[in-house]
Amino acid sequence: MAHHSNGNDKQVHYVGDSRVRADRKKLYPKDYAEFPGKTEAFFPDFLLKEWMVAAVFLVGFMTLVMSEEPPLGELADPTNTSFLPVPDWYFLFLYQLLKYKWASGPFVVIGTVLLPGIAFLALMLVPWLDRSKERRPLKRPMATGIMIVTLIAICALTWAAEYQHELQSESVPGRKPNDTTVIGLNEQGYRIYQKNACIKCHGDHLQGLNGPSLLGVGNRLTHDQINHIIDHGRGAMPAGMFQGSPAEKQVLINWLLQQKQK
Amino acid sequence: MLRAIYDWVDERLDITPLWRDVADHEVPEHVNPAHHFSAFIYCFGGLTFFVVVIQILSGMFLAMYYVPDIVNAHASVAYLQSEVAMGAIVRGMHHWGASVAIVMLFLHTLRVFFTGSYKHPREFNWLVGMLIFGVMLGLGFTGYLLPWDNKAYFATKVGVQIAASVPVLGPYIASFLQGGDIVGAQTLARFFALHVFFLPAALLALLGVHFILIRRQGISGPL
Repeated sequence: MAHHSNGNDKQVHYVGDSRVRADRKKLYPKDYAEFPGKTEAFFPDFLLKEWMVAAVFLVGFMTLVMSEEPPLGELADPTNTSFLPVPDWYFLFLYQLLKYKWASGPFVVIGTVLLPGIAFLALMLVPWLDRSKERRPLKRPMATGIMIVTLIAICALTWAAEYQHELQSESVPGRKPNDTTVIGLNEQGYRIYQKNACIKCHGDHLQGLNGPSLLGVGNRLTHDQINHIIDHGRGAMPAGMFQGSPAEKQVLINWLLQQKQK
Repeated sequence: MLRAIYDWVDERLDITPLWRDVADHEVPEHVNPAHHFSAFIYCFGGLTFFVVVIQILSGMFLAMYYVPDIVNAHASVAYLQSEVAMGAIVRGMHHWGASVAIVMLFLHTLRVFFTGSYKHPREFNWLVGMLIFGVMLGLGFTGYLLPWDNKAYFATKVGVQIAASVPVLGPYIASFLQGGDIVGAQTLARFFALHVFFLPAALLALLGVHFILIRRQGISGPL
């Protein structure tokens, strides 16, 4: 097709018209002659190869979609006071920032405005902060270094937020097992449980009061984990709540491990 | 026959230069994964756009069933997911696609950063890209509320509270987001409008600028 060979085989050439200049040239794409090697046209040569990357991507994506059904929780209930709020995962690092003492309470401006503001503003202004001609990452250690440190910080904050959220959701009263009979109410383990502070938060029938229910705890935790929680506390539970001897503690742990209600 | 139709239209509207301009522009070797496997890092931007297209298409189908009010929103999503043919797949594409879009966008940003592609003369396109990033996060935040389950509700409540704690501007941002004093019926309607009209419009406009600038400036050269 001889387009623009002469202006006369077209009904539209807009000459003398206010819309397009009569001598307007065709927009020729910039050529990549300055780059050595095999350049090719975008369509069809390149796009048909590029599409293979998209096809591989699509297979992976649809595998994810089909293997994991999207979650849908229960209808929003504003009066629910025990629900632990958590933002979508890509906001977790910002959320986590606000949990630290130096970025919350009277210093909350640091966590909400100052740090994120500086970070995002710096990212926006990167072309004017890093003005050298050098493009290789290893030849501009400042830019590369700051970015890598930031990435590590974001990963660490996200991980910490996720970790703390899991800990917290474990110490929130969970769903009750169907079987609520406490095993071994006459054993020494239960007497130790009664004698110590355990009973005040976990309840006389392990049903959970301020703390979580311990029914079925034998299914969830190992001997070492229970030992660790008794010594160091978890979530809202402080360390050192158990006042008995080490031997009594072992009896208590073994008694708790028997609680395998489902 | 097709050719005759094309020629007939082309004779009147001169459409050939429009698409030939896109089709004929040359793609350099250093970004072509067919020549260098490591060039796949240059695909992240295109894949991000691909996910955006998936989001737009799946979102249009979700909008056929979704009802943006607090009484019916949750039920309509539950119905869509359990009763409608392929509903779980379409919602799954939109739900997981949101996360994948953020991941791909992040990877694309890192590629541009570490290859120094934001440098002269492409400073402006980096800025446009950052705005796109902001709009995408906004889409994520507003979309998260729409299923109206506990997770959505309380995440939004906390998000608005955080925004409200910003000095001076905080209360204004909070009342703009909530459309009132609480996260409620107004908030859902507002987030729905932002999520399906305002932000996608902004996104498409910015993407248009992003692509036009790439075409004008070309891809940055090899390192």
